[in-house]
Amino acid sequence: VVSIQEEMHDRLARTLQDELSERVYQTSAKGVLIDISTVQIVDAFIGRMIANIAGISGIMDARTVITGMQPAVAITLVEMGIVLPGVLTALNIEEGMQLLRDAPEQSS
Amino acid sequence: VKVLSSERIKVTEESHIVLVRQNAAQAAKKLGMGLLDQTKITTATSELARNIVRYARTGEVLIEQIESDGLSGLQITFKDEGPGMADLTSAMRDGFTTGGGMGLGLSGSKRLVDEFDIQSQVGVGTTVVIKKWKQH
Repeated sequence: VVSIQEEMHDRLARTLQDELSERVYQTSAKGVLIDISTVQIVDAFIGRMIANIAGISGIMDARTVITGMQPAVAITLVEMGIVLPGVLTALNIEEGMQLLRDAPEQSS
Repeated sequence: VKVLSSERIKVTEESHIVLVRQNAAQAAKKLGMGLLDQTKITTATSELARNIVRYARTGEVLIEQIESDGLSGLQITFKDEGPGMADLTSAMRDGFTTGGGMGLGLSGSKRLVDEFDIQSQVGVGTTVVIKKWKQH
């Protein structure tokens, strides 16, 4: 479970991708939950990092859930045409955890 | 178009992208834009500032509060003296990329703002001007 509490600059996004992949491998995690409820901006670069995390985790048999995306961020992503393949979403951390517990075992 | 205030930011490294978008966010908020419009202009700004760093390495961003026909808005100019683009039509298309991204930077940014103007010349540089008006 990762909660992003600071401004998502490019280096942080890249570090997040690398470190999460490493942790999924080390811990044999089955799920990755990233809470972005305090994040004001998700642009194409950050979106791609999130999609990458989901892709890499998926190959390592872990599912990725993004929780708490603000409506303005969601609308902006859709208008830009950014899709996040393989990324599950939930309104909050509790629902995200539930989703990871309930989700079928096959990878997305 | 009347310029009420302006702020110039030099962009020379990746960390400046955050600086630029924070300034754009502040300007949009100060102008009284709704949260969605703040998010849109800030996201477009982030994309275009990243383009400067990615393709030209250095450049500058000018954030201006403007007024025209009783409308108030933000005009943001992204100027670099980078390699420029030979084929703007392709560059504006969804999915077109030479930089390893998703190819949504230019086309996606355009959809987030009210006005989008791009000038580019190979070997001279690229200038993008975006405008977003405050909704009444």
